[in-house]
Amino acid sequence: MTCDDAKPLIHAFADGELDLSKTLEIETHLRDCQTCALVQEEIRGLGLLMKNASIRFTPSSSFESRLRSTVRREANEQPAKQSWWRWAMVAASVTVVMLGVWAAFVIFKRPSSDTLVAQEVVSGHVRSLMAQHLMDVPSSDQHTVKPWFNGELDFSPPVKDLTAQGFELRGGRLDYIDNRPVAALVYQRRQHLINVFVWPAKTGSKVTTQASLSQGYNLIHWIDSGMEWWAVSDLNLAELQQLVQAAQTE
Amino acid sequence: MPEETRAVRFEQVVLPHLPAAYNLARWLVRNDQDAEDVVQEAYLRAFKFFDGYRGGESRSWLLTIVRNSCYSWLQRNRARELTDPIDDSHEEALIDFANPELRLLRQADAQMVREALAGLPLEFREVMVMREMEELSYKEIAAIADLPIGTVMSRLARGRKRLYSLLAIRMGIATTGGPA
Repeated sequence: MTCDDAKPLIHAFADGELDLSKTLEIETHLRDCQTCALVQEEIRGLGLLMKNASIRFTPSSSFESRLRSTVRREANEQPAKQSWWRWAMVAASVTVVMLGVWAAFVIFKRPSSDTLVAQEVVSGHVRSLMAQHLMDVPSSDQHTVKPWFNGELDFSPPVKDLTAQGFELRGGRLDYIDNRPVAALVYQRRQHLINVFVWPAKTGSKVTTQASLSQGYNLIHWIDSGMEWWAVSDLNLAELQQLVQAAQTE
Repeated sequence: MPEETRAVRFEQVVLPHLPAAYNLARWLVRNDQDAEDVVQEAYLRAFKFFDGYRGGESRSWLLTIVRNSCYSWLQRNRARELTDPIDDSHEEALIDFANPELRLLRQADAQMVREALAGLPLEFREVMVMREMEELSYKEIAAIADLPIGTVMSRLARGRKRLYSLLAIRMGIATTGGPA
């Protein structure tokens, strides 16, 4: 190693910052080169001068105690802020959880009762038209239809004659919706067939009349006299509502 | 962490470094009162961010905050010191280290060293203080001052040469070549 090689490394050597191989090279050079050895000594000597305790500035003890109490005051002021934050965080997380539960309720709970039943009602309606299985008891006489159900169901569906309101009773049929056998009453207005599904409502069920559209069919759902009612048809909604009104008032 | 234990832990971990924090701040702002203000500001910041301190070298962590506070203070009060370019026109002509016959280092007293060090440009002063007084490693200095290690190394070398030269001038051993 030449002096030119050593020069840039001498400071790092004096500071103990060189890796082992470079340290050994420098040490060898310093043994051979008096000039570089002196430089290194002066660097160390300068360092010793600066390490001299009286070069340092020392904080006064009054400053230290002032600083300590400033920090303590800060620590005492922060709890209010912090607990405020903590409560805000708690409130925020509760809100998030409640929103999640509500969303889960809306997304999962509703379809399982209403939307799924509506789909079954529509399927039942479509099936009844497709499979030539519209009626088990074809009759326009409510006093024929109603007794027929008595032998088939564990409840007695209200079979209403709505001929006066323009809905001709065509007959009755058994169907299976919402995991139970139900009564299907078939009405007709002009060329439109209307299935009215009836089964006992679960206790506590409360539904004001709700209309919806599914796969092009109009659906009306209501609860009346402890019965769950679903009317479904390709009939327009206004006329289907007439049927519902008629059935509710009859 | 509960506020009370947080404050206690802060006092245990950070307050013991007050001498290093004050010494660095005092050398950077060069005035007792200003140094106290800056250190207090730095400690309040440190307390605020104490949750972000994840163990490790608490002294380097604190000194980083102290140095930043010093630079903010300088920015507000002595912006010129931060923006003035370093005059390195005399650097080549500085007295070299290999001059033991000057008996320079044996004659220098603490007051002379203080004055010479105070005369160094900020960039050199801070690395000199951190290296020679606080005995921080190049790596720690690089982290605190946000510099590459190579820059720390060259600033130390140049700073020492300048300090040596300033001492010589102050002692009347040399009158030319160095920055007055």
